Amino acid sequence: MSLLILIAFLIVGGLIALFSERINEQLPRWVSLAITILALGYIWLFCRQLPIESFSVIPNPTDGSSWLIHLRLEWIPRFGIAFELAMDGLSLLLVVLTLLLGIIAISSSWVEIKFKPGLFQANVLWSLAGVIGVFLAMDLFLFFLFWEVMLIPMYLLIAIWGHEDKAYAAMKFFIFTQFSGLLMLLSIVTIAWQAAIINGSYSFSYFDLLGVPFDSSLAFWMMLGFFIAFTVKLPSFPFHTWLPDAHTQAPTAGSVLLAGILLKTGAYGLLRFCIPLFPEASMEFAPIAMALGAAGVIYGAVLAFAQTDFKRLVAYSSVSHMGFVLLGLYAWNNLALQGAVMQMVAHGVSTAALFMMAGALQHRLHTRDMNQMGGLWHNAPRMGACAMFFAVASLGLPGLGNFVAEFLVLVGLFAVQPWFAVIATLGLIGAAVYSLWMIQKTFQGEPNNELVMADFGVREMGTMAAMMIALIWLGLYPQPVLDLAQPVLDSLRVFLVASPQLGGVS
Amino acid sequence: MNLLWLIPMFPLLSAVLLIVTAGRLPKQLVAILGAGSVGAAAVCVALLANDFFADGQIRELTLWTWIALDNFTPGISFYVDGLTVVMMSVITGVGFLIHLYSLEFMADDESFSRYFAYMNLFVAAMLLLVMADNLLLLYLGWEGVGVCSYLLVGFWYRDPNNGKAARKAFVVTRVGDVAMALGLFLLFTELGTLDIQPLMAAANNQWQVGDTLPILATALLLGGAVGKSAQLPLQTWLPDAMAGPTPVSALIHAATMVTAGVYLIARTHELFLLAPPTMMAVAWVGLLTLLLAAFAALAQNDIKRILAYSTISQIGYMFLAMGVGAFSAGIFHLMTHAFFKALLFLAAGAIIHCLHHEHDILRMGGLRKRLPVVFASFLIGSAALAALPFTSGFYSKDAILLSAWLTADIGPILWLGGLLGALLTAIYSFRLVFIVFFGHANTEPDRQPGLKMSIPLILLCVLAAIGGWINIPLTEVFASPPSDHSLIAHSVEYIGIATPLLGLLIAYLLFLSRAMSIAKLTESTAGQAIQGFLRSGWRFDALYHYTLVWPFVGIARLCKNEPVDQIYNAIVCTLKWFHRRLIIVQNGELRWYATTMVFGIVIFVAMILRHSL
Amino acid sequence: MGGLQIPLEHVLVLSALLFCCGLLGLMLRRNIIFMLVSLEVMLNASALAFIAAAAKWGQADGQVIFLLILTIAAAEVSVGLGLVLQIQRRFKTLDMDAATALKER
Repeated sequence: MSLLILIAFLIVGGLIALFSERINEQLPRWVSLAITILALGYIWLFCRQLPIESFSVIPNPTDGSSWLIHLRLEWIPRFGIAFELAMDGLSLLLVVLTLLLGIIAISSSWVEIKFKPGLFQANVLWSLAGVIGVFLAMDLFLFFLFWEVMLIPMYLLIAIWGHEDKAYAAMKFFIFTQFSGLLMLLSIVTIAWQAAIINGSYSFSYFDLLGVPFDSSLAFWMMLGFFIAFTVKLPSFPFHTWLPDAHTQAPTAGSVLLAGILLKTGAYGLLRFCIPLFPEASMEFAPIAMALGAAGVIYGAVLAFAQTDFKRLVAYSSVSHMGFVLLGLYAWNNLALQGAVMQMVAHGVSTAALFMMAGALQHRLHTRDMNQMGGLWHNAPRMGACAMFFAVASLGLPGLGNFVAEFLVLVGLFAVQPWFAVIATLGLIGAAVYSLWMIQKTFQGEPNNELVMADFGVREMGTMAAMMIALIWLGLYPQPVLDLAQPVLDSLRVFLVASPQLGGVS
Repeated sequence: MNLLWLIPMFPLLSAVLLIVTAGRLPKQLVAILGAGSVGAAAVCVALLANDFFADGQIRELTLWTWIALDNFTPGISFYVDGLTVVMMSVITGVGFLIHLYSLEFMADDESFSRYFAYMNLFVAAMLLLVMADNLLLLYLGWEGVGVCSYLLVGFWYRDPNNGKAARKAFVVTRVGDVAMALGLFLLFTELGTLDIQPLMAAANNQWQVGDTLPILATALLLGGAVGKSAQLPLQTWLPDAMAGPTPVSALIHAATMVTAGVYLIARTHELFLLAPPTMMAVAWVGLLTLLLAAFAALAQNDIKRILAYSTISQIGYMFLAMGVGAFSAGIFHLMTHAFFKALLFLAAGAIIHCLHHEHDILRMGGLRKRLPVVFASFLIGSAALAALPFTSGFYSKDAILLSAWLTADIGPILWLGGLLGALLTAIYSFRLVFIVFFGHANTEPDRQPGLKMSIPLILLCVLAAIGGWINIPLTEVFASPPSDHSLIAHSVEYIGIATPLLGLLIAYLLFLSRAMSIAKLTESTAGQAIQGFLRSGWRFDALYHYTLVWPFVGIARLCKNEPVDQIYNAIVCTLKWFHRRLIIVQNGELRWYATTMVFGIVIFVAMILRHSL
Repeated sequence: MGGLQIPLEHVLVLSALLFCCGLLGLMLRRNIIFMLVSLEVMLNASALAFIAAAAKWGQADGQVIFLLILTIAAAEVSVGLGLVLQIQRRFKTLDMDAATALKER
């Protein structure tokens, strides 16, 4: 029941934030901050009740009751549709990340949003609710519902509070996601129908559908429906073109949510649904998927370098980084999968920070064009130091979270597909080029006397410091995160063990 | 009791403190933190070295397991043997002297605290690099020093050229790092561990000498080493890296970081011994680099660039030593080079500091009387660099040349190449001394180096002079017995001793007594062309610019507006085309709608009737 | 009595003719009043068919439907006349060809 309460709490919280605007313009942000923190506290309280061993038990993927939390309420019994939520270590990790980045997003919009702050905060909370629903839903029909629920508030965030070209960007985002979502709906309906033919009764439950032997040619097309929906969201080359536009136009909080967590739903979907549901088809498709991932790594890095718009640059760097996730997922051995999960977390933090930086610059300078910046270090050394930190994090400096992620992905990948690993590793050079170029264009160089701006204040510095500490922690002691995800990955790998094991020890 | 972790902790803690306080600390405190932390580390290393000399025990310490996944279990753990002790002593010892020197050199800089933060961070990262017991932690230090080098080269960020040099340094070494990372992937995939000692054991068990895999793995590691150590073909970044403050050049780009590649090869030498072709490649890389850089150094006029090229050249000697299997000699040269090159850089820094930031040697001259301490330092440093007898450089370089001579087949070629390099080294180092300190004065110094600058200079003078007698404890590390030099004919040794003296003589004749003149040669068209060619570092920059940088930037510019989006735009255009065609029927006229509806219904009903009848 | 005195076919033909008249009027007249009248004619044509059929089989259903059509017609006319008023007010004409605001531009 607790999971339902969690989601309902965020949705109702959104309504409260919406109406609190009538009392006071300042109130909504406090309300949504409080709601998010309370939700986080609620999860923490709940997890404390669970016995510590249950986190290391390998969950049975075909039986929800072996998971940390499982809830099933009948919804449309005639078609076997249920309101089914479940949480394991992976979902827990992603839910916590979602809420933490939610706090960061709220903090980054603290002074930026003047127009209808109530509606804004409500949309933030609703999109958090949608994302958490996506991470928890174990009924494919319900999953699709949440998939759409998280889309609409994000569309509104871009369309209402975006920048100069917001209508175009919002519409592009909506069409890409919606169209690919419909392909997924098609696959979901087909999978339930096929399973009904095999099992004799309708069910949309993940636990019932897993391991059903689908007809192989049909399975390929169903897999493709899921794959496209998730890789559009990820986004992977060549479905990424909505991302730079959406990021550039979105308000800071929107970019933070988009990069930090919405992209991760794509990776999560691939890991949880696409590959385990159709193991053979995915296995066949893996080289293509990895090729797309490697292409994304390089393409994103090259295009990031070419940008002059700060936010566009960071958006392309996301494309590059998410390529590693795709590579890791399809390499499908323990190291690579752990790397992919780690990349979801680390990229969530580092990119959120960079978008916050972009938002702060735009708020102060009223431009995102890096050609008009330069020498900002002189006026704002704290901002410069933060930007430098997150730039080197994004280029994969060892000791920070992104390095652990990328290294694990590449080590794992190298055992399976060495040449893809070589190509992806070349992306690290590209990452160095664009990250340092970004720093050069904004913070280094001769100070421009016309650009006088305030340095980070306590609120911004506090947020940044929290993210820095998180990245250092992830980089130097990632074990808690790895341990949390390990049982889940073990359970998922059962469905597809054909990938060659790493050398040396079995 | 194992307090190894304290050694990198001191500078790291100080760096963190300096970064967090962001320049709000009083200068005195910054100085105490910045230099004191490295000093404390140096004291710890001295104690450690003392213990180590007493018992020769290898010390290991695991702080925590970094990542534990299946058999991938690198730890934050240290491994200290003779090689590590030597490296740590150089890093903290020379590092402390350079920090002390920096207190005066950077005293007037507005970013005093930032400077020491970066420097301390660098020392911490460098210590991690040499103390790491697994290649992943080594890679952490490796990249960490790279970033610190980037930060310090671009320290004076206002000049975009400094930023460019810093980026170049980082990106070019990153190219090498990528090769090294691939090497790590390969090693882990094949051998199942990254812990250096088990890795070496596994390699010896699993692989035969001359197998493909060790050759591939070592070649990739070599890629990392040439990047970091500025060897051919990735040497282009080092001369530009002189844009940073001079003590930075002394510490990072002479004494410690650039020798990390040599350290890497020495650390994984058992692996390299399994791959004779790679060893040969190392030797050739070293030889070619040392000659190329020595020639380039001859043509430079910027005092720091001369030293930069000479650094590249001297590291070439170390690579040569590694390649011929003379690991001890290579590390020995690494140590002596750290002494005399740090000395030279600091002395050069003192000249620059006292001479209104003048870099061009042709505008110096006659400084012998005006800056006596600096002159003495330069003289001793240059003598050691040129390997004049009984200086520290002499012992190490001699050992390398003799080992090269003993190599099978190509030994004499390597030896001859090294000898030519030694001759050139003597010429360019004394060209520098004679032009800068003799002759008539072109620029008057406006101040004298103070105590904080002089003391490090004097101490380094002592080390550069007598450093050759230090007996470094490497016999345990490099199990293979050092080659027996007694077999070598005495004539070979004598030639080795005489060559630098010959170089000194040539330099004297050319640049001091002016008894010989090459003016005719240098002023001819061909001479000018050759000079320009050498001065630009054999035009490698232009080569890379046209073959790599320019295409990359071109492709990036071409793709800036997202070619992939054109596909989606094409879809949109097709839809719009149909939209335009279909729009005609929606004309807003009620009667038209009614009429079409009627006809539609009629046709529909007719079709149904036709089917049902 | 009972049953239909004239043949059902005749009534149906009349009803069809009336319906076509209405339809043609709807399609050809431009004045909205006449279009409404045409609509009435069409409704009544169908109502006539219902009445005839009800008489033929002696069932009440047709009469009931006729009553329904009557109400629908009344409702339709009231809405229609409301529209007529609005159109007259907005476009200053009753010509439907002038009211093409829904045209896609």
